[in-house]
Amino acid sequence: MTPASAYPVPPKPDTVYYFGTCLVDLFYPDAGLAGMDLLRREGLKVVFPQNQTCCGQPARNTGMYEEARAVARTQFKAFPNPWPIIVPSGSCAGMMRMHYPDLFAGEPDQAEAEAFASRVYELTWFLVHVLDIQLKDKGEPLTVTWHGSCHSVREMGVTDEPKELLRRLSNVTLVENPREKECCGFGGTFAVRMPEVSGAMVTDKVVSIEGTGAAQMVTGDCGCLMNISGAMGKSGSPVKARHIAEFLKERTHG
Amino acid sequence: MADTAAASTFVERAHKVLGNTKLRGNFRRAMDGLMAKRAAQFADIAAWKSLRARGAAAKRRVLARLPELLEQLEANCTANGITVHWAETTHEANSIVLKILQDHDARTIVKGKSMVSEEMHLNAFLQKHGIEAIESDLGEYIIQLAGEAPSHIVMPCIHKNKGEIAELFTRHIDGQPYTEDVAELTDAARRVLRSRFAAADAGLSGVNFAVAETGTLVLVENEGNGRLSTTLPPLHIAVMGIEKLAEKLEDIPPLLSLLTRSATGQGITTYVNMITSPRKAGEKDGPQEVHLVLLDNGRSRVYADDQLRDTLRCIRCGACMNHCPVYARVGGHTYNAVYPGPIGKILTPQLDGIAVAGDLPHACTLCNACVEICPVNIPIADIMVRLRREAVHPSDSPAVMGAGCKHTATEAAVWAGWKKMYASPALYRMGARMMQRFGNMMPGGMPLLKEWTSVRTRPVFAKKTLHELAKEQGYSDV
Amino acid sequence: MSEDARARILSRLRAAPPAAAPDRPDWQPPRFGDQRMARFRTMLESWRAEVHDTTAAAWPDTLAGILATKLAGKNSRTVVYAPGTATGKTLADAWAGREDAPALVPYTEPVESFKSVLVQQADAGVTGTVAGIAETGTLVLWPGADEPRLMSLLPPVHVAVVAASSVRDSMAEVVAEQGWKDRMPTNVVLVSGPSKTADIEQTLAFGVHGPKELVVLVVTDA
Repeated sequence: MTPASAYPVPPKPDTVYYFGTCLVDLFYPDAGLAGMDLLRREGLKVVFPQNQTCCGQPARNTGMYEEARAVARTQFKAFPNPWPIIVPSGSCAGMMRMHYPDLFAGEPDQAEAEAFASRVYELTWFLVHVLDIQLKDKGEPLTVTWHGSCHSVREMGVTDEPKELLRRLSNVTLVENPREKECCGFGGTFAVRMPEVSGAMVTDKVVSIEGTGAAQMVTGDCGCLMNISGAMGKSGSPVKARHIAEFLKERTHG
Repeated sequence: MADTAAASTFVERAHKVLGNTKLRGNFRRAMDGLMAKRAAQFADIAAWKSLRARGAAAKRRVLARLPELLEQLEANCTANGITVHWAETTHEANSIVLKILQDHDARTIVKGKSMVSEEMHLNAFLQKHGIEAIESDLGEYIIQLAGEAPSHIVMPCIHKNKGEIAELFTRHIDGQPYTEDVAELTDAARRVLRSRFAAADAGLSGVNFAVAETGTLVLVENEGNGRLSTTLPPLHIAVMGIEKLAEKLEDIPPLLSLLTRSATGQGITTYVNMITSPRKAGEKDGPQEVHLVLLDNGRSRVYADDQLRDTLRCIRCGACMNHCPVYARVGGHTYNAVYPGPIGKILTPQLDGIAVAGDLPHACTLCNACVEICPVNIPIADIMVRLRREAVHPSDSPAVMGAGCKHTATEAAVWAGWKKMYASPALYRMGARMMQRFGNMMPGGMPLLKEWTSVRTRPVFAKKTLHELAKEQGYSDV
Repeated sequence: MSEDARARILSRLRAAPPAAAPDRPDWQPPRFGDQRMARFRTMLESWRAEVHDTTAAAWPDTLAGILATKLAGKNSRTVVYAPGTATGKTLADAWAGREDAPALVPYTEPVESFKSVLVQQADAGVTGTVAGIAETGTLVLWPGADEPRLMSLLPPVHVAVVAASSVRDSMAEVVAEQGWKDRMPTNVVLVSGPSKTADIEQTLAFGVHGPKELVVLVVTDA
């Protein structure tokens, strides 16, 4: 399978860094840990720097570039070795891979930012293209649908990779959502700046997910996950929402 | 957060639409159809990429050489017999149009679709001076009857369904029975507008591309009203923004292909009307005079900034609004701007200033759906973020009026605090522990959480952070 | 006022930081090979044009037959034509003295005195074309002193005669091959189907301002 994204597939490394993201850290640590476990199971040494914090996206997207840069620099320090940096979020990966170079244009540490950016990979992309992970499904038959985050799809070029992983699970049936690529309405501060518009978007998203008939919705970004599962919870939806790392680990762990 | 005054207006307008299920249905249905039609046109991804690269390069070339191309256009138009006028402001442009019309004793004009004339608020201006401007594009005609503004730059009455239009026609057209039959409604408009065309003293149109190389005005349309407006009356006035150029005639085929396929999913519009001169000796029809009004209205200011300049590549296809998940929910009028949707969210604050339109760049999730389909590859999301920045933290670029006007001490302090915590691993870990312990006890009515929980359950802080779990599970720190 | 505005606009643009003009990247318009005529026809029909294959000798007869049905019941059965063009001459010669053919009215006066015929009376207008475009199902009209602009626009039926030999794959090909950049006339019109609108609920309706019907006669020499 050819990667949809523009950047080259690196050789399989011995060691990778893991950037958990702040949202995963506080709200979905089990999903974060599952991603690390999958990588370790493939024979990699996984390093989780305790000094990592946040990619800086909230500040950058609000126009607070200095604040975003200061926080980004903390990550440069926390990830000093030239290993790939694996991120269980297309959005945070997009911030670091696609936006750090612009954010640091003309700054003294521009080269460092660019070098850092070029090491960043979204988890499912890495599992498919670099590790070609084989998944032995130990779970009961299940129907799921996929939600691709906007930044995962349109910044990181990760479109089919997560669905490819789901298809590798023999007992899992993937039902495509015709509105899969439509934004769920999270948008970081957008959700609280324009709550009603955001609410309309996530409500429609839930309707489209329920329309697939899937028992579970799987996604690769915890912003979307928090938004969609929150709306599902509030409306009493029977569909269960999961992060893909946790889902894959659970299905293959026995 | 900040800019509550401005943001509340978008939010308030959005509130009205969100509660109107009929209107939301109209938009959603229309946008779904337009997206599907566009996708079918560009099913061959390699061909799309190559065409888009060609179109984007053509428009980037125009911007790189804009002043000399404007002079070339003027020279060629003048040589062809078209009179060229320059206007710095919309008021100046209105005055130029009025003067031309008064010189010809014109009392009524028929208009083809023109967003620049909307930008000028030309109809109201002419009305004040005793000149009637009749919109002849069916969609524009409908909203003129309704006394409304367009809600979409390509399909101006997309917010109306046929029942509403049937009522309007019955009320405004003599002898028109109530019918929701679209063919019959269309025939009624044809009858009314035919006689207006025949009697009009002048025609006014926009311009999709003006070709500098030949001095040709290229106009696309499906109805024929544009051709009528520019052929039947004795006088034709075209208005255009100074950026809507093409360098060479050879740029027109790829640009047209991008424009019509992106806009409505059509391989081409019914008519592509290329006007190079007024009626020549021996010709039987066509206007005796053609005037071209070049409008700046802030564009040359935007041009001064090499990032924001990309906004001026826009060919006004409207595909960004068709693909915008916010636009699909709130409709065009919520933006309270001539240009709605993503392009409007970046263009309006640049033309009108941050103080007026600073809330628009925040009406966006940065989902990049518009960036993905923009036929000339405008980095809309990056410009959106840049304008958010200009609102609170002005750069030294003179391009943005009102830069910095949304800066507040409170927001600055919030972000300073945020930086302090996230730039310090030790503080962050301490903060995270506090959140685990007390975060779930936050009162539900507190700001942000209250908005969040309006349609969602509250997020639950985990008992242990990933930092802690990683350590417990033996994951190395270095 | 205008002169000052011009100077100020241009001086602001010139004061802006310069940017390099990128090269035009390679882009090839589509090619249809031996499918060209089939594509031309399919696309025209997709726009709801009526396409008839005929020959240089037979097309006026073909047209008389088509219009006999189409204009049946119309009061005037009037067809506007351009007597100064080859198309117009062929038509007038072929229909001369034919009882069953509609009445031909030449468009030779300025529109100011001919408007009522065009707006109220004419049932159809017959024009030539300078090319056809297969990619988009498009006719290229090049009006001029002999063939005025409005005859393809105001009557409810537009009949266009297109030589099969003039059909090309793409607009880009026609523009380059015919050397348009050095000889743009007052007006060039590309026509792809009858006048239409989808402004009301995306529902197609025809003839909102221009012709309700487009009849295309594809003429071969044989």
